[in-house]
Amino acid sequence: MSILVNKDTRVLVQGLTGKTGTFHTEQALAYYGTRMVGGTHPKKGGETWTSGVDGTALPIFASVAEGQAATGANASVIYVPPAGAAEAIIEAIEAEIPLIVCITEGVPVLDMVRVKARLEKSKSRLIGPNCPGVLTPEECKIGIMPGNIFSKGSVGIVSRSGTLTYEAVFQTTNAGLGQTTAVGIGGDPVKGTEFIDVLEMFLGDEATKSIIMIGEIGGSAEEDAAQFLIDEAKRGRSKPMAGFIAGLTAPKGRTMGHAGAVISGGKGGAEDKIAAMEAAGIKVSRSPARIGVTLADVLKD
Amino acid sequence: MNIHEHQAKALLATYGLPIAKGVAIFSASEAEAAARSLPGPLYVVKSQIHAGGRGKGKFRELPPDAKGGVRLAKSIDDVAANAREMLGHTLVTKQTGPNGKQVNRLYIEDGADIARELYCSLLVDRETGKVSFVVSTEGGMDIEAVAHDTPEKIVSLAVAPSTGVTTGDVEKLADALKLEGPARTDAGLVFPALYRAFVEKDMSLLEVNPLIVMENGHLRVLDAKVSFDNNAMFRHPELAGLRDLTEEDEKEIEASRFDLAYVALDGNIGCMVNGAGLAMATMDIIKLYGEEPANFLDVGGGASKEKVTAAFKIITADPAVKGILVNIFGGIMRCDVIAEGVIAAVREVGLKVPLVVRLEGTRVKEGKAILDASGLDVISADDLDDAAQKIVAAIKGRG
Repeated sequence: MSILVNKDTRVLVQGLTGKTGTFHTEQALAYYGTRMVGGTHPKKGGETWTSGVDGTALPIFASVAEGQAATGANASVIYVPPAGAAEAIIEAIEAEIPLIVCITEGVPVLDMVRVKARLEKSKSRLIGPNCPGVLTPEECKIGIMPGNIFSKGSVGIVSRSGTLTYEAVFQTTNAGLGQTTAVGIGGDPVKGTEFIDVLEMFLGDEATKSIIMIGEIGGSAEEDAAQFLIDEAKRGRSKPMAGFIAGLTAPKGRTMGHAGAVISGGKGGAEDKIAAMEAAGIKVSRSPARIGVTLADVLKD
Repeated sequence: MNIHEHQAKALLATYGLPIAKGVAIFSASEAEAAARSLPGPLYVVKSQIHAGGRGKGKFRELPPDAKGGVRLAKSIDDVAANAREMLGHTLVTKQTGPNGKQVNRLYIEDGADIARELYCSLLVDRETGKVSFVVSTEGGMDIEAVAHDTPEKIVSLAVAPSTGVTTGDVEKLADALKLEGPARTDAGLVFPALYRAFVEKDMSLLEVNPLIVMENGHLRVLDAKVSFDNNAMFRHPELAGLRDLTEEDEKEIEASRFDLAYVALDGNIGCMVNGAGLAMATMDIIKLYGEEPANFLDVGGGASKEKVTAAFKIITADPAVKGILVNIFGGIMRCDVIAEGVIAAVREVGLKVPLVVRLEGTRVKEGKAILDASGLDVISADDLDDAAQKIVAAIKGRG
């Protein structure tokens, strides 16, 4: 088992014809034959996209709704530039795509405020924006994570940071644990899916035996997640967990690359997050190089 | 992007917000003319720097008993005298850090008779995903202290994006601030106008501290701090001219030209990393092994060789840097591109400090081979732990 995506996930690509969309669609097709079913482009409907790697041809549709109707897509991935990303997400919401993954970095935050309001009454789940995507080993790769570092296994990984997700994946692969699914929720302050949503799914997934959660400075999503885990544990639902928080050395008031990574108003500091996570029973590694080992130690105890 | 108070006020005035008359000046010789253009007899001379706490700040070049960065003046001569004393000097406030900031411009403003000082700000609340007002009756002071000591005196109100500020919202905000009479009537204009300015100009923070009730009962925006969402600047060419490069770190300006996320820090190990989270984690692990990072630098996902070269040059140009750690976990970023960029930069500017490189992910073999073949004195590391230990050891070895 896994969460969010599996071998039956049928993926439509919004922004397939661009350089980024093309590269990552080729990579996805090469990853255990992830079922990429087509792409969209408002002016190129009816044309065909061809992989430069193996010649795989995919139909291009003028809209998400049209593509969904023709292919039965149940997921979409968005590679369109920041200025058009919010409209792309809203188009996918209106086409009632169940899972929308927005990779685009640099979406204006007020666009996301609009998207978030639209999501509330919708049938869609949005992952991102500014995220590396979702990957279930040997089944489905949506987004930009490097497939070669994954191995099928028992750890669920959720992270606000792309490259730290890779660290956690690589380290759990090296520790012989492997992954069920890795979810990058993204580094923006306003996003579709929070830690709690993904933790809920991992707690409910039988194949997921343990969880790694990687947070960073800014906001209080880690504290909220910790409280959620405490509440769930009282109901008898818990799994062994390890974690990491990036930004212990980050200065206050400065945005550290990710639009959401800023300590402001005395809130969002790393120490508070680590304390909250430890209070919820998560073993937090102080070293980003020892996340996998830390989880392995937890599992030994 | 941050802007100065006088720029923020000029912008807010275009939304019909009540703002005093004022003139920005860049040299003391302009002070008298500026003051003459205002009604008087009370003036305020305000230092324009991108940092708060100006009123209580001290000028480093002046005696300790000299007045702070915001001064009242009771005559035109008084305005000119204060301007001469303030311009060109270094203001040190709670927010500038010990080095302070040079005051290159002043804002001469018409004085106001203040009855009450209130606090009002707008921001994007990441918990609700909505634009929120934060208001308090305790204005004119450090709002973080108010939040800490008397959190019950701070009221937040989320605005529904579909409706904007409703009359019900205005009532709630006016109640929270105990507004009556003319001020309550003004509120019907002020709160919706602040919200419109925030949304239309893609602000990330709009802080009015204080928002005042004057002796005549009306509201006035007495101070204004505005930051814009950098991600939205592409649709606001009209705001580009408001950027003040003298307020920014030179290395950060250079980095922004290459679209690199860079933050200058105080340590001595320069870092070049891909991904914001990993870049922070790299800083953290340097600290864990007893040293301090000189910078945060995220080269991004799909950086070109030129971008990597530029990044490396920015790091080596910092005289505080005693060692460099390159940490790449390539997903989209290819390790061979990183290797080529680093080599090109070293060929151009030389390498006077130890360099540790950790490469992992896409095209890692090719990247390592390029570094090996270059003949450069590069210390190769197997993982992040190894990399951090090696760069710390290399620095200590040099004493």
